Order: sequence, then C-alpha cells, then structure tokens
Amino acid sequence: MSATRESFGIRSFRFLTGALLITWLVLPLVPLAIWSFAKGWFYPDLLPRNWSMRAWEYAMSDTAGVIDSLWLTIWISVVATVLSIIVGVPAGRALGMYKFRGKEIVELLILAPIIVPGIAVVLGIHSVFISLGLNNTVSGVILVHLIPTLPYMVLVMSGIFANYDPAFEAQARSLGASPLKTFWYVTLPAIRPGIIVGGLFAFLVSWSQYILTLLIGGGRVETLPLLLFNFATAGRNDITGAIGMIYILPGIIILLLTAKHLSGRSGAVGGFGQI
Amino acid sequence: MTHVSIKELTKVYPGADAPALDRLSLEIPTGELTALLGPSGCGKTTTMKMIAGLLEPTSGDVTFDGRSVLNDKPENRGVVMVFQNYLLFPYMSVADNVGFGLKMRKTDPAEIKRRVGEMLDLVKLPDLGDRKPSALSGGQQQRVALARALIVQPNVLLLDEPLSNLDAHLRFEMRDLIRSLQQEMGITTIFVTHDQEEAVVLADRVALILDGQMKQYDEPDVFYKRPIDEATARFFGGHNFVEGTSNGGRFDSSLGALILPDGASSGAGKLTFRPENVRIGDGNENTLNAVIDDIIYLGTQTRLKLRVGQTEVEAVVNPNEIEAYSKGDTLSIHLPASTLWVI
Repeated sequence: MSATRESFGIRSFRFLTGALLITWLVLPLVPLAIWSFAKGWFYPDLLPRNWSMRAWEYAMSDTAGVIDSLWLTIWISVVATVLSIIVGVPAGRALGMYKFRGKEIVELLILAPIIVPGIAVVLGIHSVFISLGLNNTVSGVILVHLIPTLPYMVLVMSGIFANYDPAFEAQARSLGASPLKTFWYVTLPAIRPGIIVGGLFAFLVSWSQYILTLLIGGGRVETLPLLLFNFATAGRNDITGAIGMIYILPGIIILLLTAKHLSGRSGAVGGFGQI
Repeated sequence: MTHVSIKELTKVYPGADAPALDRLSLEIPTGELTALLGPSGCGKTTTMKMIAGLLEPTSGDVTFDGRSVLNDKPENRGVVMVFQNYLLFPYMSVADNVGFGLKMRKTDPAEIKRRVGEMLDLVKLPDLGDRKPSALSGGQQQRVALARALIVQPNVLLLDEPLSNLDAHLRFEMRDLIRSLQQEMGITTIFVTHDQEEAVVLADRVALILDGQMKQYDEPDVFYKRPIDEATARFFGGHNFVEGTSNGGRFDSSLGALILPDGASSGAGKLTFRPENVRIGDGNENTLNAVIDDIIYLGTQTRLKLRVGQTEVEAVVNPNEIEAYSKGDTLSIHLPASTLWVI
C-alpha cells in the first residue's frame, strides 16, 4: 500500500474526527475565554458590548488568592505525582513481571478506586484521618489524592514491565554496574515512557480532584478547582472564565510535552499486558 | 589469569523436584577455553549464572585462584557474561555500549574514547561507533557484545551459545575471532552450548552435562574416540552399539568375534564404533559381510544403513566408494581394531 496517496475515505475520516475533536474540546472553551474579557454579556447579544480586563486584574490580585491557590494546586499535584511514581514503579514491576499467589486480587484492589466512587471511600478515610490529625492539612489532601492517581500509574507501569527484559539488568551488573547505576542507566531509560505517561495521568487526575480535596481539606486547603467552584456558584462568570483559563493551562502544556509518548505504538498504553 | 574451580555446585529452584544442577565439579585452568555442553535445560546456563554471581547456588562453591567468590557481588567478581541474545542497550550508541563497563569503573572519558576505538578496531567494526545497536546485523551485534565484555579485561569471560544465532559462514569467522582474542588476552573463558559441533570447534576442553550431572570432561576428540557411556556417544552422533562380552582382546557378540585394540576393558559391555570409521572392502582384521538396507546421499558424504546378520550397523562413507552399489546388495566391510571402543 502506498502512503503517498491516501484514499478519499481516509482523508474524509480524518477531517471528520478533527472537526469533532474541535467541536467537543475547544468550542466549549471559547465562551469561557470571552467571558473573562467581558464587562457584562447579556441575552441576546452574540458578543459582549463592552470589553474589560477587570476579571483578569482581579484574578491576578493578592486579594483573590488565585495565584496562591495555583501554587498550592501545583504543589499538591506534583507531590502526588512523585509519590505515585515512587509507589507505582515497583508495584507495576511486580504485577507486570512476576506471577504470585493472589495476583488477581491485588490487581482488582488497585483498580477498585477507579470503579468505586471516591465519595464512598472518602467518608471512611475521613474518620481515620481525623484520628491521625491529617484532616484539613495539605499532607492529608496529597495522601487522599493517591487513591485515584495510583491505579493509573500502576496500570501503565505493569504494561511497561510486561514487555521488559530484566536480563538487561543482569548484563549491566555483569559489566560492573552497581544496582543503583543499573537502575539509572539501564532500567530507567527503558521505562521512561511509562513514567511520563503514568505521571501525566496522575498529575491530571490530582489536578482535577474536587470531592476528595473538599472533604479531606475541609475547605481549608483551597485548590484551584475549589476556588473555581466558589466563583461559579457565586455567578461571577467573568472571574470564573479567567480562573478557568488558568486552570486548563497546565493540562495543555503537559499534553504537548508528552504527546509523542501517547501514540498507540508506545508500550506505555498497554494496560496490565498479561491479563 | 584466573584458575576457576567449581566444587559440588548444586542448584535446586524453589518448587522443583529435581535439582537443575547436581553436584557439578570442574577445574578450568588459567587461560583455557572450556565448553559446557548439554541439551536444553541441563543446567548449563544455571551454572554460568552462578559463576557470574547472577544466581545464588543452593550448595557448593565457586573459587577463583583458590578464593571463594560466592560472597562477591556480580559487579565485583571480574566476570563478564555475554548473553545469547547479546543484550546491547538499545538506548545507547554502539560506542556507549562498548564503553559502558569502563564508565561504571569511573574511567576518564578521553581514555574511554581511546579504548573503545581500539576495541572496535579489534572486532573489525571501526566505523560503527555512532550507530544504534538496532541498525546492526546479528553478527555485528555479537561482535559489539564481545567488545563490550573484553574492554574491561575480565578475569573470566562467560559466553552463552556464542555461535548459535549466526549463519554458517559467520560461525567460522566468529569462532576465529573469539579464539584469537581469547588467546591474545589470556582470559579464562567458559561458554555453554547445546550444539556439539559448536563445542568441538571452539573449545580446548569440553564438559558434557546430561541430566544436571557431568558425564565427561575431556579434550574434544576424546568424546568421539573414547566416550564414557552410550548417552555420551549418542550425544556426539554415535549410532552403533552392540552388546557382548570382552575377553582377552576379543569381543564376542552378534557381529562375531572382533579383535579389540590393546587396553580395552574386559567383561560384559557394549561395543561402539563411529559410523565414519566403518570401511568398505576387506581389511586385515574384523571383516564382515553386510547387506545394504538403505543409502542416504548427504552431498559430501553418504550414510549407509547396513545389516550384519540381524545386527544393524550405520556407516558414513565417501560417496565415490559406493557408486557401484545399490539397495539390497551385499558388500564386505571392515572395522579397524584401533577404532573400536568398549563401554
């Protein structure tokens, strides 16, 4: 088959999917962007009559707390992602490479948080966290974010390790590498795509947490989605629009940086591999 | 420059009934090239990994120059193993692969570059340093793997089936390269293979392992001339085994009374002789009449299935010798006494 001349069918299919993607993903953001620059936008006007930077000025000001909240949200998501990687890489290795008794149960338990609604789990965790003094703390919020982030990390890493040959590590040891250097020079380059993709999932899942943050943080840990919700329910569409723009930025940046690892040919999108 | 000594080495994998390796003892003199030969699953690779420190033995000892190395980590043993599928690190260039061991030893980068260049010259791949391993052919990959192992000047070099993944014409080229580098650097080398031909062409000495136990440890030609038992002889392509009694230099069996070479053991036993030592025509001794059951033409050789009385005998002869004969014909053959062996 020649790749130089694509059939009409393939070209129109590509056009259609592109159009659908833009309609569903980009178009809903347009009113949000317009709102953030609007000074009053009333029915039946197609566009606001007056434009203003008021919402953006407010969002960037100290009083709104958006910038503080942005940094807090970044901190929570980054730490949750790093912890997910630290736990998810060895867990994925065990599930992807070894057979052991009760493996299916462990896999089910790891996937359970995706299936069971977070709110059902978090009420129990809430009472445990009270006794540990973790309620209303950033540490508590980070810990509870691991519930939904870990399954993605483990899933991606077990797929990576299912296709991984540990003999490379034996070869490196035999050539004089210590266990630490073996991991750094041999294991890490092989599993890097999985860490990037799994980390991307973990970051975005943590970034968009609302319920878990609200319940465990008790309103004291005010991440960007909580702040966004406050302004949205208060009917401040202009400020909601501005914060919304800020809110979607990291996702887009990360997606662009990791796009090449997300293609179907990458081993990072293989799931548990052997199940 | 290391004398490797393996003492009663045993490995039982968890949950396995029989040991993968059962009390193997072996002395490998300094600078020699030794083959561990045996069928798949006989414990050869297990042995190698225990020498390399990649696997813990259940019992027994491995010593280098008399010192036990079992407590040495693999990176400190001075042993480098070259795996069957080469295992070149795919994310590194050929030069980085070859220089890996030196980098781990914190060698100066300029020095690494110089020695990698020398090593690539030695394995005749001088211009491929910048390539990725995936851009190389199988034979080239193996030479890179060899260069990567030799550059650290190991005390002991371990090779896993070094010739088996190569085409016939590359095998001899590789054999010569391995032998010349090994001799030049004087590295004690052990390789494992399931292919008796590979063992014979490459090794100074061969250790045959069957069912987790060592059968025979000798120079290659001894396995053909004086195999220790029938299984050993069969592994090296032996076909002819005749039961009988050895008595006073003669062997009485269904083939009649045959003259044995001096020093043959006496008592009940099995007479064996190699198919290629069966001669066509009358001889001075041990001449027999045989009927041709089948003639199998093999190109440079011809395999004959013969019958002497009720006893089947296989022979491998030069095709010219039997041009005049066809299936069902009777011919005379003789078995020179010096080629007979009683086990």
